[in-house]
Amino acid sequence: MIHDHDALIVGAGGAGLWAALELARAGVDSAVLTKLYPTRSHTGAAQGGVCAALGNQEEDHWEWHMFDTIKGGDYLVDQGAAEVLAREAVETVVELEHMGLPFNRTADGKIDQRRFGGHTRNYGEAAVKRACYAADRTGHMILQTLYQQCLKHGVKFYDEYHVVDLIADGGDLGDGGRAAGVVAYRIADGELAVLRSKAVLLATGGFGRMFRVTSNAWSLTGDGVALAYRHGVPMQDMEFYQFHPTGIVGIGILLSEAARGEGAYLINNAGDRFMKDYAPTLMELAPRDMVSRAIHQEIRAGRGIDGKDYVYLDLRHLGRKVIDEKLPDITDFVRVYQGIEPLTQPIPVQPTAHYAMGGIPTDIHTRVTRDADSTVVPGLYAAGEAACVSVHGANRLGTNSLVDLLVFGRRAGRDMVEHVKGGTLADIDPDVTELVRAEIEAIRGREGGERAAAIRKDLADVMMDDVGVYRDETGLRRAQRAVTDLRGRYANVGIHDRGTTFNTDLLEAREVGYLLDCAETTVASALARKESRGAHSREDFPDRDDANFLTHTLATRRDGAIGLSYKPVQITKFQPKPRVY
Amino acid sequence: MQIELRILRYDPERDERPHQETYHVEAGPMDRVLDLLHKVKYEQDGTLTFRRSCGHGVCGSDAMLINGRNRLACKIRVDQLRARRITVAPLPGLPVMKDLVVDMEGFFAKFRSVRPYLVSERPVPERERRQSQADRSRYDDTTKCILCAACTTSCPSFWAQPGYVGPAAIVNAHRFIFDTRDEAAEERLEILADKDGVWRCRTIFNCTDACPRDIHITQAILEVSSAIVERHA
Repeated sequence: MIHDHDALIVGAGGAGLWAALELARAGVDSAVLTKLYPTRSHTGAAQGGVCAALGNQEEDHWEWHMFDTIKGGDYLVDQGAAEVLAREAVETVVELEHMGLPFNRTADGKIDQRRFGGHTRNYGEAAVKRACYAADRTGHMILQTLYQQCLKHGVKFYDEYHVVDLIADGGDLGDGGRAAGVVAYRIADGELAVLRSKAVLLATGGFGRMFRVTSNAWSLTGDGVALAYRHGVPMQDMEFYQFHPTGIVGIGILLSEAARGEGAYLINNAGDRFMKDYAPTLMELAPRDMVSRAIHQEIRAGRGIDGKDYVYLDLRHLGRKVIDEKLPDITDFVRVYQGIEPLTQPIPVQPTAHYAMGGIPTDIHTRVTRDADSTVVPGLYAAGEAACVSVHGANRLGTNSLVDLLVFGRRAGRDMVEHVKGGTLADIDPDVTELVRAEIEAIRGREGGERAAAIRKDLADVMMDDVGVYRDETGLRRAQRAVTDLRGRYANVGIHDRGTTFNTDLLEAREVGYLLDCAETTVASALARKESRGAHSREDFPDRDDANFLTHTLATRRDGAIGLSYKPVQITKFQPKPRVY
Repeated sequence: MQIELRILRYDPERDERPHQETYHVEAGPMDRVLDLLHKVKYEQDGTLTFRRSCGHGVCGSDAMLINGRNRLACKIRVDQLRARRITVAPLPGLPVMKDLVVDMEGFFAKFRSVRPYLVSERPVPERERRQSQADRSRYDDTTKCILCAACTTSCPSFWAQPGYVGPAAIVNAHRFIFDTRDEAAEERLEILADKDGVWRCRTIFNCTDACPRDIHITQAILEVSSAIVERHA
């Protein structure tokens, strides 16, 4: 089965849908593949808001947003990309409103805005109201609105198609070849489909499922990132993984930073707002890496609640009106998943694995690049959490994930429109599916193999314990041995379900393979970065080291071994400074 | 505590017809039904098949029939069910593909039939359009829909008349009909005035009870019917 389109989009979250919309509006024959239904994508779980310097509540400028993004990212941000992000945030948010997104409104009918971590006025003076929002379901509204517009413009969807391989032409993707399409597994009946195209966008999201406690959906297994890696494309800055400070204890479900944006406190066992000791100006609205470290420090010092491994998020003083109107979903989560009444009780929280700053390297046009010289892989694109452009550097600010997928999803679509003009579809070898078919049949046919769930659990444990908020050489070495061992076990992965109909047992086994790819580069990159920057905190190297490490990590697999190389950070307007809040 | 989990299973490659299988799993009171399904799949029987993604009630993947009511498996706790025996079956009224997975295509086709997107031909300003807080709140409730199909497949009118567009589609029509920025309310009301439109609703309230997002669905349907009546008055 072969389908031809000029452009393919893998993943139907915010980045993929906006790209699809641009292509459809331009009349390009294109299609979106998703292993879910589009409305199940994890963009829909984003809560608090999307920052854009509209200045609807108080003075604001895109330059301030750009600066905050760079400082928040501990100066590992490519500043040209941050400028694009901050400038185009304004027009994309306005365009979303034009598409019908139901933002909360100010008294005079403009888009309402609220405070968010690390977003400040006048280069760090105080928190600024920059986050545009729709209650605490902003991501849901973005996903729904973009999907609605895609329907309106007749976007073609392949729902429940799991992309299992990328097709290259004229050499592999890491060796000068161009993207020529994808191989997809139709979940309904197990058929392998070949989809040819002149351009492929990977918008498959993150890989939080490699950690035990995570806010991420079960589906976030790094598929696109890992597939590109298997074809020789590097993974960039994988050591930078964000732990969000306020996850529900044990299960990791996110409680939005919007709670603190509206004025909620973090308190320790003594009832103190401990952030005063770590970030006296911004307090609870310091960037996430700092707040997550502060929580760990409090817990280590015995100031967790009842001496345990969590602190309290306290909403009680906000009052029922603010809570019901601005934070309805997260307070519902607290009631359902913790059995706690947030109007009258403080909420136990702990850091939860949340967001990959790293991913597939791209330029500001979302074209995938394959080396330290930023050589473009023709026809291959990446956007959203799967990509590393890099606007988040070493630590992403709250709401900037949504800004990223809007701005760069739109850019991806627009660049693909131009790219597919002229050009031809590649001639594809009829055996192109054989490698992946053999992989699938090996798993399906193996007798007495180990279950993927057991491998995933052990991976998630070691990543959480040794590659979490704090790291050191000993723990990272332990993790490296563990991941190698897990790879060995994965070679013998087996499943119970031998059928072709909706075989989720098989697909989950493949997903664990993708997670292992992401984990091995994360550990290798973290071991080599002997400094502390943003979300990467080495206890054995507690300081930032600009002389040696103001540089992006590229991890590439060649002949079974991981090679690391480094790519300079682009600095335009803001020279690195110590990062205090 | 130990829970007896009775799951309606069906694999078209092996089974003539659906049958119940029973599993025993250890569970705590705060565990959700999705946790139990995962325990079965990962520790006992990997062939058990269901959809799930976000795991906390916002993506709409895991709606199913749990102890006789449509719910999201990730949003219903063991202690809320107040029973040591839990039965799980696929959503009623949709074709079963395998175990707890139903074919959603018909459901989404109905959703698409009501033009569920903003239609506005007026030129837009350079910045955002203004909308008052009162106008914004008019359609707030129906923006919450996650298209999980719990409502539509709980509706006896839908069971009896599979052509009925169903509560979820009407909810999504409502979201635009009452949005002051939209210009296609007339067309949607026309679509929903059809014999398979709002008049199939018998105000049984099953949909409202089933909604995991607490949308006042029956009220939304009545507001749409009233708008149709007013239009012809």
